[in-house]
Amino acid sequence: MQAESTQIQQGQATPGARAAATQSVAPWLAGAVGTEFSDAALRQVLLGLPGVDQVATQERTANLATRSIKKDAKLWALIMAVRMVDLTTLEGADTPGKVRDLCVKARRPDPSDPGVPPVAAVCVYPDLVRAARDGVAGSGVAVASVATAFPSGRASLAVKLADVAEAVNAGADEVDMVIDRGAFLAGRYGQVYEEVRAVREACGPAHLKVILETGELATLDNVSRASWLAMLAGADFIKTSTGKVSPASTPQVAHVMLAAVRDFAEAAGRRVGVKVAGGIRTAKDAIRYLVLVRETAGEEWLTAGLFRIGASSLLNDLLMQRSKQLTGVYAGPDYFTL
Amino acid sequence: MTGTDTTWEYAPAPQEQGIVAIKPHYGLFVNGEFAPATDGRTFSTLNPATEEPLAEVALAGEADVDRAVRAARTAFDRVWGPMPGAQRAKYIYRIARLLAERAREFAVLESLDNGKPIKESRDVDVPLASAHFFYHAGWADKLEYAGYGSTPVGVAGQVIPWNFPLLMAAWKLAPALAAGNTCVLKPAETTPLTALLLAEVCQQAGLPEGVVNIVTGAGETGAALVGHPDVDKVAFTGSTEVGKEILRSAAGTGKKLTMELGGKAANVVFEDAPMEGAVEGIVNGIFFNQGHVCCAGSRLLVQESVADALLDRLRRRLGTLRLGDPLDKNTDIGAINSRQQLDKIRELSDSGEAEGAHRWSPPCQLPERGYWFAPTVFTGVSQSHRIAREEIFGPVLSVLTFRTPEEAVAKANNTPYGLSAGVWTEKGSRILWLAQRLRAGVVWANTYNRFDPASPFGGYRESGFGREGGRHGLEAYLNA
Repeated sequence: MQAESTQIQQGQATPGARAAATQSVAPWLAGAVGTEFSDAALRQVLLGLPGVDQVATQERTANLATRSIKKDAKLWALIMAVRMVDLTTLEGADTPGKVRDLCVKARRPDPSDPGVPPVAAVCVYPDLVRAARDGVAGSGVAVASVATAFPSGRASLAVKLADVAEAVNAGADEVDMVIDRGAFLAGRYGQVYEEVRAVREACGPAHLKVILETGELATLDNVSRASWLAMLAGADFIKTSTGKVSPASTPQVAHVMLAAVRDFAEAAGRRVGVKVAGGIRTAKDAIRYLVLVRETAGEEWLTAGLFRIGASSLLNDLLMQRSKQLTGVYAGPDYFTL
Repeated sequence: MTGTDTTWEYAPAPQEQGIVAIKPHYGLFVNGEFAPATDGRTFSTLNPATEEPLAEVALAGEADVDRAVRAARTAFDRVWGPMPGAQRAKYIYRIARLLAERAREFAVLESLDNGKPIKESRDVDVPLASAHFFYHAGWADKLEYAGYGSTPVGVAGQVIPWNFPLLMAAWKLAPALAAGNTCVLKPAETTPLTALLLAEVCQQAGLPEGVVNIVTGAGETGAALVGHPDVDKVAFTGSTEVGKEILRSAAGTGKKLTMELGGKAANVVFEDAPMEGAVEGIVNGIFFNQGHVCCAGSRLLVQESVADALLDRLRRRLGTLRLGDPLDKNTDIGAINSRQQLDKIRELSDSGEAEGAHRWSPPCQLPERGYWFAPTVFTGVSQSHRIAREEIFGPVLSVLTFRTPEEAVAKANNTPYGLSAGVWTEKGSRILWLAQRLRAGVVWANTYNRFDPASPFGGYRESGFGREGGRHGLEAYLNA
């Protein structure tokens, strides 16, 4: 089950009936997925997407935030959230030793509770992939590496591709790239698209998560466009944020992205995952995201193969809330390991 | 752990009921005191989700109504009429604060008596009711600036419906009190309890006796109230049919009137609409409060070029609606308020099928006891079908299509009602173009069922006349 939960599921066709029903959602996609888009065609596709109403999005996410998840449903969600965590350290001060500790935590988040599964992945900088690879060996926990001049993405394509190659060669299972927000906001969609495709190519067998950095995209319309751009270019996951820019993930952008992967799957027959990252520290926040996943994208996305939470301190709050659910009392923070 | 590794079912999350103490018997609230009806008659009010009785309530006859109107007249002449506005405001602010403080109690009672989901009574009905008192308290000493003078009308007889029992009471009482009138309010016979709890709040706020009186009962009680010769002003919210009867009985009496009646609103979705938001707006428009909303977007007019895509999205979204126990915090659709209303919804829905429209509901388990109706969508509806013309007042959506903006206007306006409408498009100029042409008192753009005490609400044609809320709403309670 561990292996299953960390494997990214790709290319699953949605039921035929659905695909037929949604021809009209995106008729321009018929036969176009997998083919290369010209800059002009891509622009037409992205600017032709239905608009996203900000007020409606706020209202919907506020409404879903009132879902009350109790008892068994809460226990289920806490465990599912643990399975979906990309346990992350992305500091200038990271060392191989710190990454090793992180891997131990990732494999067995709560040594006192065998009911707690390992997390989905550890997420590190490219130069620490080897240390992480050793740390998680044989556990089923994946190694994810940020790349492409993370977090700003301000480097030449050659440098970005070299960054990706280093991560992949060192054994990364997953690559978290950033898009060039400058190019995107300037309307150079073709350039961003080509970069994602080139990185996709360079990833080889590794799974590609494309970070949109929604905190810099300014509008929900842009979040929707960037999501489609990344999916058309071959992303396995679309990810909200680097965690280095404020605001990071919000329920609103997550809602827009979850609707995008749902619509993309219906139009193109391929399920793309969503990763939320940045500022998700409490079990309550994590559960609210799971509610969004369930009610926007659908239950099919409630798996670590299609939804991830990039976080560090969140993990211990999930464990603490689980022990509270099981025992009825809160244990002190020192009962949970760093 | 229940739930397998692949499914996640929300566990029941019931709101605790003990927070509100329901008495076995309620009297009439007249002259600051609760008392049984003169002839001792009572009726019972049910929980529509279980069909279990909640309480016995006094049934006001003509003598009781007369007593209430006389109490209101005395309070008007001696206390409330002469009182400076700033002083009146203090009482109204106090009611607003008490409502907010006791919000949970009101929310639970409203859901029990009405059947609406606790999510709505907690997040919409009760906060808005409190907001209406706060808003109007602010007007009490500034009436001169509203432009209708500062002379109150006198005694207001107010009859309200069962769909938003507390909120409608607030809509009626708050502006009347702010303007210096005294009130006799009759709540609907199936939902009297929150109005009676509001009477307790009036006592708690120290409101002078006789300023607010509440008489409970059915149509006869209402007829006695609006027909009473010493009532100066009649405010009615309810069906167009009863509204017409009231108008007939009031003709020639010189009573000041406002009517907020039925509707058959068009929710118009253009091909360039923000689709995800439009789907939410459609759901909110017709399934909010089980569709028991006079301004519900019960006719969806969708542009043909996106009709199939939109309906696919809508059906998928309806599959996520959770119908059941109104007190469960995760319930989206509660119970139908009464057997009578359920029968009416069934009858009209059956007529839709018989007339050839295509009926669809998401898979939906209805509880065994209580009054329930699954969310229902009719496609292939023609303008001449009954489900496109008559107000269903339930969770039933009729879908029609159009090709051009002109056709949308023609179809939207092809109804004797004129209460509300919705427009969904990203094009601002089209919103304004359409809003000028739609015959509706309220037009929402890229949203639906949004309410605010500062915004006037009301219709025209067979949806009634007069406005409630905002500066305009004060006119009904002042003699300019």
